[in-house]
Amino acid sequence: MNNTSVLIVGVGGQGTLLASRILGDVALSSGLDVKVSEVHGMSQRGGSVVTYVKMGEKIYSPIIEKNEADIILCFEKLEALRWIDYAKKDATIIINDQRIDPMPVITGKAKYPENIIEEIKANYKNVIVVPALDMAKKSGNIKAVNVVMIGVLARHSKFEKDIWIKAIEKTVKPQFLEVNLKAFEEGYNQSDT
Amino acid sequence: MKKLMLGNEAIARGVYEAGATVATAYPGTPSTEITENIAKYDEIYSEWAPNEKVALEVAIGASIGGARACCAMKHVGLNVAADPLFTASYTGVNGGLVIFVADDPGMHSSQNEQDTRMIAAGAKVPVLEPSDSSECKEFTKEAFKISEDYDTPVIVRLTTRVSHSQGIIELSEKENYEIKPYVKNIAKYVMMPGMAKKRHPLVEERTKKLKEFAEHSSLNRIEWGDKKVGIITSGISYQYAKEAFGDVSYLKLGILNPLPDKLIKDFAEEVDTLYVIEELDPVIENHCLKLGLNVTGKSKLPLVGEYSTSLLRENLLGEKVEKLNSITEEAPPRPPVLCPGCPHRATYYVLKKLKLNVSGDIGCYTLGAMAPLETVDTTICMGASIGVALGMEKARGKDMSRKTVAVIGDSTFIHSGITGLIDIVYNKGTGTVIILDNSITGMTGHQHNPSTGFTIKGEPTKQVDLVKLCHAVGVDRVRVCDPFNLKEFEQIVKEEVAAEEPSVIIAQRPCALLKYVKHGPILAINKDKCAKCRMCMRLGCPAIVDRGDHIEINPTQCAGCDLCPKVCKFNAIEKAGGRDE
Repeated sequence: MNNTSVLIVGVGGQGTLLASRILGDVALSSGLDVKVSEVHGMSQRGGSVVTYVKMGEKIYSPIIEKNEADIILCFEKLEALRWIDYAKKDATIIINDQRIDPMPVITGKAKYPENIIEEIKANYKNVIVVPALDMAKKSGNIKAVNVVMIGVLARHSKFEKDIWIKAIEKTVKPQFLEVNLKAFEEGYNQSDT
Repeated sequence: MKKLMLGNEAIARGVYEAGATVATAYPGTPSTEITENIAKYDEIYSEWAPNEKVALEVAIGASIGGARACCAMKHVGLNVAADPLFTASYTGVNGGLVIFVADDPGMHSSQNEQDTRMIAAGAKVPVLEPSDSSECKEFTKEAFKISEDYDTPVIVRLTTRVSHSQGIIELSEKENYEIKPYVKNIAKYVMMPGMAKKRHPLVEERTKKLKEFAEHSSLNRIEWGDKKVGIITSGISYQYAKEAFGDVSYLKLGILNPLPDKLIKDFAEEVDTLYVIEELDPVIENHCLKLGLNVTGKSKLPLVGEYSTSLLRENLLGEKVEKLNSITEEAPPRPPVLCPGCPHRATYYVLKKLKLNVSGDIGCYTLGAMAPLETVDTTICMGASIGVALGMEKARGKDMSRKTVAVIGDSTFIHSGITGLIDIVYNKGTGTVIILDNSITGMTGHQHNPSTGFTIKGEPTKQVDLVKLCHAVGVDRVRVCDPFNLKEFEQIVKEEVAAEEPSVIIAQRPCALLKYVKHGPILAINKDKCAKCRMCMRLGCPAIVDRGDHIEINPTQCAGCDLCPKVCKFNAIEKAGGRDE
């Protein structure tokens, strides 16, 4: 069986860690070998963050290299651009259409690239754009962007919906479960664009 | 039962399964989650110590007292704990003593990338190195056994990618470890010259025995494949090598000190080309060279930074990574920043305004060196801010202290800042120290410390009174102020820096990420009132964005901390209302 490599990229504070843990649990429950590589410490403070989830029969390195990702889940547009070289040619790229300016852009030292999504679409066939911030607001918590994105990922995965929901129940704190399950449904039911 | 666990979490599980009952640490990325997870087991006493030296001393005491004990820290923490380590190597143990040290190749969250194997070799203690979560747990249990069998502290060396990767582990039952009797033994535990002279030969003898152990232990294993290529490796490098080289032959070392001779020579004889793949220093490679073996290692692989599968493919196999797309636009960097609402932002705003030299320290507030604040002048190690500031005064005279401050977090001050402050007082310095008291250990993810009033388990305890502490060491001028009261804070800084005697300012405001910190409504800029003077931009807040023709506040980033209205001379920053949570 081939291994599946999922790169989750975003900005520190967006909840990429939780998303990767949910995906890791889905793989574990499905009887696969899995490794999830996380980032802690300084880069979490609003920096560019990446987590790697690799699953399959036997996983060695926890890290995904350039041209190796089957799926890239991007929580922010600029981060999609930063990590796009990690995608396989036929990768599925799921992008939250949200812009968070990094400090060099804020201070005017650098420009935020204008046509990120168009450029990525011109190079990759399977690009899914998600207004995840609006969808998270709709589900009742602006911070649930990560679980909206997991919902979209679930829709395009080979795993049953039930397994995802169980993983969310195991991973998120009980007091946030309801809003997160709503966010998951928002993502899961998003029509393809 | 199978579980997905971080390497650090698996270490904690191993500590539990080994029946250890005392665990100590000072937090430091990438080691912090070891002790955070140990604290979840009620059977184990755990603590955040004031620093790594004390942490190791407590663990040594617990071991002498008969318990299986452990201690966790990051690589630079072992420098702080090196003093007890080097002598605990002489005393040996009673209950097993294991020290978990997490190195940070690539410096994801550290000020250097030193290699713990070098310190361990100096201290003559054995080192084990796991390569995934499953080995983290198993090697931990093995480490306690080795510690007791060979009467030695044992270091389990981790690296960021092992500590912070989750892998599948199989849970086992907890061992019923019976605490050993405490027996007074002056010859073993009192290390003064007469006794230490008798202990040192035992240490050398022990290393010989451990070398013999390393020849046969299952922790060092050979995986035979194609014998055209043989790879000697350990830890995370093993995983990269397996992916890059596939079915060749491997000698995977689990014991990195001492290294076996015969095992390595026998392996080398069987293969045509021999590689050594290890991050950071050439510890295995130098050993091979000493054995007269022809190996390829650092001649093709870097001494700095992390390795990866693609690095091995490129440097050793000549395979380059092709670019699969035509996207040429570069993404501007996204360096870490002080969070929206961070109390340190106000402090740095004032220090920058007053054009002061800032002797910095280790914590979130080190980010004050980044644009646009760029306020911090130096950062060396935990606690160094105060000594460095005093040294500047001694080099350049008292006038230097009229334009310099040391900044240090509350936890870092307790860790090793207090001794620097005593030096200022004792040696007649006149500098100003600003303690950034955010009521928590911030950067490593909110651990309690002696100044928060709570233990690792969240139980209330005595709280170090920073004001009394500073008074007690002889600082007469101690002021406390919330830096968000910008005018008052600025005035205090001016006065204390001007004063020709030691002074301490405690800038007190809790970390914006603490759950009990409640901010007001998010803010917005009223375009009609805004004069585009860009004063608010000087705060370096990630929520305030310069769009060229106008300035705006990003509502998804704004914490509603209310700092920016205080620097706006045109009252253009208003409450937008609505906290969308």
